[in-house]
Amino acid sequence: MLKSRFSGLLFQIIALALSFGVVSLILISIDASPTEAFRNMFKGSFGEMRKFAEVLVAFVPLLLVTAGLLVTFSAGLWNIGVEGQVVLGAIATTWVYRYFLESDLPPALIITLAIFGGMIGGAIWAAFTGILKVFGGVNEIFGGLGLNFVATALTIYLIFGPWKRPGVASMSGTVPFPDEFSLPLLANLRISPWALGIALIAIIIVFFLLQGTYFGLKLKAVGKNFRAAYLLGIPTWQYAMYSFLICGALAGLAGAMQVAAVYHRLIPSISSGYGYLGLMVAMLINYQAIWAIPVALFFAALNIGSIQLPIVMKLDSSLSGVLQGVLVLFALLVEGARQKFIKKGQNT
Amino acid sequence: MRKNFARLVSLLFVFVLALSACGTPATEAPPAETEAPATDAPATEAATEAPAEPFVFGMLLVGPYNDGGWSQAHYEAGQYVEEKTGAKMIYLDKVNPADRPGTTPDQLAEELVAQGAKLVIFNSDDMKDASTTFAKANPDVFVIMASGDQVWPDGKAYEEIPNLMNIMGRMEYGKMIAGCAAALSSTTGKIGYLGPLINDETRRLTASAYLGAKYCHEKAAKTTDLEFKVTWIGFWFHIPGFTTDPVDVSKDFYTTGFDVVISGIDNSVNLPEAQKLTAEGTPSLAVAYDYINACDVAPEVCLGVPFFNWGPDYLAAIQSAADGSWESQFIWSGPDWTDLNNHDTSAIGFVKGDALSAENAAILDEFIAELAGGLDLWTGPINLQDGTPYLADGEVASDQQVWYLPQLLEGMQGLSASE
Repeated sequence: MLKSRFSGLLFQIIALALSFGVVSLILISIDASPTEAFRNMFKGSFGEMRKFAEVLVAFVPLLLVTAGLLVTFSAGLWNIGVEGQVVLGAIATTWVYRYFLESDLPPALIITLAIFGGMIGGAIWAAFTGILKVFGGVNEIFGGLGLNFVATALTIYLIFGPWKRPGVASMSGTVPFPDEFSLPLLANLRISPWALGIALIAIIIVFFLLQGTYFGLKLKAVGKNFRAAYLLGIPTWQYAMYSFLICGALAGLAGAMQVAAVYHRLIPSISSGYGYLGLMVAMLINYQAIWAIPVALFFAALNIGSIQLPIVMKLDSSLSGVLQGVLVLFALLVEGARQKFIKKGQNT
Repeated sequence: MRKNFARLVSLLFVFVLALSACGTPATEAPPAETEAPATDAPATEAATEAPAEPFVFGMLLVGPYNDGGWSQAHYEAGQYVEEKTGAKMIYLDKVNPADRPGTTPDQLAEELVAQGAKLVIFNSDDMKDASTTFAKANPDVFVIMASGDQVWPDGKAYEEIPNLMNIMGRMEYGKMIAGCAAALSSTTGKIGYLGPLINDETRRLTASAYLGAKYCHEKAAKTTDLEFKVTWIGFWFHIPGFTTDPVDVSKDFYTTGFDVVISGIDNSVNLPEAQKLTAEGTPSLAVAYDYINACDVAPEVCLGVPFFNWGPDYLAAIQSAADGSWESQFIWSGPDWTDLNNHDTSAIGFVKGDALSAENAAILDEFIAELAGGLDLWTGPINLQDGTPYLADGEVASDQQVWYLPQLLEGMQGLSASE
């Protein structure tokens, strides 16, 4: 057991080294210095408090999405629709804010309602995927993907239609909300400690849900073997639906954070791709909640740190995306190789 | 196991889809490092000339620095300032939510400040709110918000922000000339306008093109009926999945009898489309926009390009920031009528294209001379698109009336505001 854990770590390190190696090769091929690039990315994410705060701004939605995905993955479901669930969370939050725009209620209450609204919005959107899967027999990958496109279309419709700025039809988004609708931010930084706290609480809850409850155990049973779980008396489709609802609520929460703490309005790309990035994080950590925080932080740091590349080195910042993608591929690859090794070891 | 594998494959497929959807035209920019020496050179030169530390200014560009349009015009103006003053430019391009998800322009402006910028130029209307936020949060940093009106005392959105300046060129004239060239060259009398998004700026510029087209259509005693139609794509340039494809819009125009399409978007993609359709047997002409060399991609179909020359105003503003004479103000600079395309004095200009016939070029020159002589096409009677009187007979529009044009004009087809 210990040996297998050790070999697991070793193989992960190999994957990490291989990924950095591949990205270095790409950089060398265009006559850029890999060490300088990695140093700039590191400095751009952890070099100053302000930059680290930006990393945390990206970390919050990424961690929330990852937390949600851990639940659906446990149930053996590939919730690609998570991106759209983030979007619907943002839409619902915006809707609640707009509804209370003229009201005299205390802002704290409105913010709370808006965040809950976001969670409900995300959960409803996830429920659509779940219903399509459970009752319609539509694979959740394709149902989710389709709903992602619908979510984007809905955002654009709202921004250009009912929620447009007076006299304007632009992708720039809706009119920004008044300052009191913003989750409180730290002085001179853009990170909201509330948002960070919510994200950390969410991952802790998910960790205990999956590790320490019957619910988690049953969810995993469904995930490992749908038929066997059914035969053992677990109401399988209900559990699949529960997992969608939980994931959707967490993704919707991420969308709510984007509106309430980052953009303060609805913009077309409000989800910022965190749904897809969260899928990569979840795959990379092999669906173990305990690793979600460091890996999500690492990915967020890559996103923020890579902004330095075009400014300082005139390189395209999509390099961070390349590194993230390669990393996931190598992690899956070496995991496959490790399984083979273990099998071989057992055979001999 | 096999099922899992199938899922993995479909997942990868999804990722490829997602990535390709995220990849906007912006990513098509050629590798930037080849350009690096060009940007570094003036700075190092300057360093040897001036013993003092060079003044560093930053620029946030909404599109790629080499978009052949709006952003490139700004970028080259920055290089112009570098050459003239020895100041050093740092920039970040593709500053829009699709290309830089999860970031905000004010956050990115702070990155430029961290690299030493004492002044930051926000080059797009899309960054207006962010420029206000940034300027208020960083009172020690000078801010230029191009195309905005925040510090226009006579404007509708006036705010006192001492470290912010608005700069814009009076492109209305450029668009009138563009509209004139289009009307003169169209054989069907049907002119299409490739609109970006709808706001005050795009309404008044589209209307200016129409006024120019109408004037020259009558001036040249054209026998066709003038038809002027705008189709909006939704943003300053194409963002797949979010905006309508401007290439499709151009094609729709060209294949339905609109033989001239005027670009109003940041990169004139109507040119290559006109070139392609002409080669296929549908004679198509195009007017480019924003950037002085925008005709170069397809010169044989290009009637000309009204362009911005941000250099002189940026130079003055950056010098004032460096020497302490900075003053928050709204600058709306007109062309230098004595020398329309003068790089050092004219805020806007017009370069004629190869597709403009000598005969039409002569009429266009006449029109330009009339404008220089004081002809103002924003003179009544002019009605708004819905028939509401806008300017009474003989009434000349004020700057406010032009800047905040509430609708398109009577006679124009297309949306005045979102549906």
